Amino acid sequence: MSITIQNVSKTFGTFKALQNINLKVASGSLTALLGPSGSGKTTLLRIVAGLESVDEESGGEIHFDGSAVTANPVNQRQVGFVFQHYALFRHMTVFENIAFGLKVKPRKERLSKEEIKDRVFELLKLIQLEQLADRFPSQLSGGQRQRVALARALAVQPKVLLLDEPFGALDAQVRTELRRWLRHLHDTIHVTSLFVTHDQEEALEVADSIVVMNKGEIEQVGAPNEVFQNPATEFVMKFLGDVNVFHGRIHDDRGVFTDEHKGGDENVRLLVRPHDLDIRLSPGEGVSLPAKVYRVLIIGPLVKVELLNSQNQLIQVQISHETYQMTPVKADQQVYLVPKSSRVYGDGAVDYAI
Amino acid sequence: MDFHFKEKSILPGFGLSLGVTVFSLSLIVLLPLSALLLRSSQAGVSGFIETLSQPRVLAAFKVTFSSALQAALINVVLGIVVAWFLVRGRFPLKRLVDALVDLPFAMPTAVSGIALTALFAPNAPLGGFLAQHGFPVAFTPRGITLAMIFVGLPFVIRNVQPALADLSRDLEEAANSLGATRFQTLTRVVLPLLLPSILSGFTLAFSRALGEYGSVVFIAGNLPFKTEIVSLLIITKLESFDVTGATVLAVSLLTLSFVSLFLINLLQARTAKYFGN
Repeated sequence: MSITIQNVSKTFGTFKALQNINLKVASGSLTALLGPSGSGKTTLLRIVAGLESVDEESGGEIHFDGSAVTANPVNQRQVGFVFQHYALFRHMTVFENIAFGLKVKPRKERLSKEEIKDRVFELLKLIQLEQLADRFPSQLSGGQRQRVALARALAVQPKVLLLDEPFGALDAQVRTELRRWLRHLHDTIHVTSLFVTHDQEEALEVADSIVVMNKGEIEQVGAPNEVFQNPATEFVMKFLGDVNVFHGRIHDDRGVFTDEHKGGDENVRLLVRPHDLDIRLSPGEGVSLPAKVYRVLIIGPLVKVELLNSQNQLIQVQISHETYQMTPVKADQQVYLVPKSSRVYGDGAVDYAI
Repeated sequence: MDFHFKEKSILPGFGLSLGVTVFSLSLIVLLPLSALLLRSSQAGVSGFIETLSQPRVLAAFKVTFSSALQAALINVVLGIVVAWFLVRGRFPLKRLVDALVDLPFAMPTAVSGIALTALFAPNAPLGGFLAQHGFPVAFTPRGITLAMIFVGLPFVIRNVQPALADLSRDLEEAANSLGATRFQTLTRVVLPLLLPSILSGFTLAFSRALGEYGSVVFIAGNLPFKTEIVSLLIITKLESFDVTGATVLAVSLLTLSFVSLFLINLLQARTAKYFGN
């Protein structure tokens, strides 16, 4: 079931949470809405669910598989919604929680007691918690609660599955585990899913497609690799990982590094990822930027080197342990940085890559 | 006997807090109660049976308990609605309305009784109107229930209000997204979750109504067999210097109240197992 979002705007008082959003989510995909807090990603998700209304004057619409659902209230939209803090009914057992959506159906559509039981146990098997059917939510761990919440949402066979920061309240290890499990689950049941996250790693790891949002607008839509390798805007590049910002100017249609502020046509910023910088002990041909090592952090297989340039700006470089052992550096050492690739953003700069 | 907290506690001053608890409970609760028991025991078993088998006494007990029960039940419904309105509603002067809720606590009960009587007596406009339409309030059991509702309502509101404020909107949204209607969300999710605070509000309102005197006596009219409550009978006995008789009634009222409260508490303990234990 595909989701189409057309001209959707949303204002809270004077705050523009969403500004004219247009987006198509392919049927059967797992799409991440990625952005910092206040970017409107949760509002957009809630609008798709019907928990929030679209600004009427904007004339925005939501379509599921081409048919408009904008006017349908949430209980008729057939969406599964998973909340960050689980929102399990604490007076009901795991079984009753999962069965809730099946039991509140109008009598004509409702399954028989045995059918409901079968369906719930099928889902319990899917979330690998069959033995906990009679427990209350307060007796479960965070990861187990979120899996129950997911099963509860899936019980009504929703057209689309919407997840609002589903792993936000869990600790790092459970989070990684659940991420992998969600991906696996999605590969098994193929329900069109949209999930909100502010964690770029989570989005890159789990999603088929990433929608990067900022200040109520969509910055870029694309496959994880594409968004990471070809960020459309400076915001996307900065949000998807660490970057170093250098001053530069346009020369012969290319971005050129200028080590110091020299004024004039120096009007672009060159963004370089920490792993796209090489450390040399002596200046070589081409671009090499002098810097002084500030400190060296060895984190498992990675080595993070922090340096200061002549303006005392911090530059981060990330190299492998192997490379570090071939050219070890230490604090206060004078070195030269060679960018392997950079992207240019700034006034008048369209998209120069070197 | 070996007194200590359920688990070894890092809470300091166990001995001191135990002392304060036992001392204050003894002074304020146990001592007067034992005096009461002691005095009533002078009547002996036969005295108890004789007093309690008087039709007038039995009628008073019936009126008191049925009015208190009705008042507490009505208060539960009204209290939930008012609490809901105060928590979820947005309207001007909300703080003022919120403060108004506590007023029956502060008002001298005799004042509330006189005010209610003035409003609902047959010769008052409102009371007259109701009486003409076959619904007399003052000087009927309805009047008693009304006075009990008045004094008991804040208990339900103040119990339900914080529980409702704590209730996450996520839960209602979750129920809604699973296809539940507003009514199903209310009856299957919201009310069950509020049940412990509703029950304790009910208990407090009910027990307050059982012991209420000041606000009831004015509006009740105090007709023997019809609108005479137990606390009034106790005062009547005291005024005719029958102290033992008064304590017999008091002990009986207390025992019955204690049994009902104990039963409600049992019910509450059953619901408590869902809440985080």
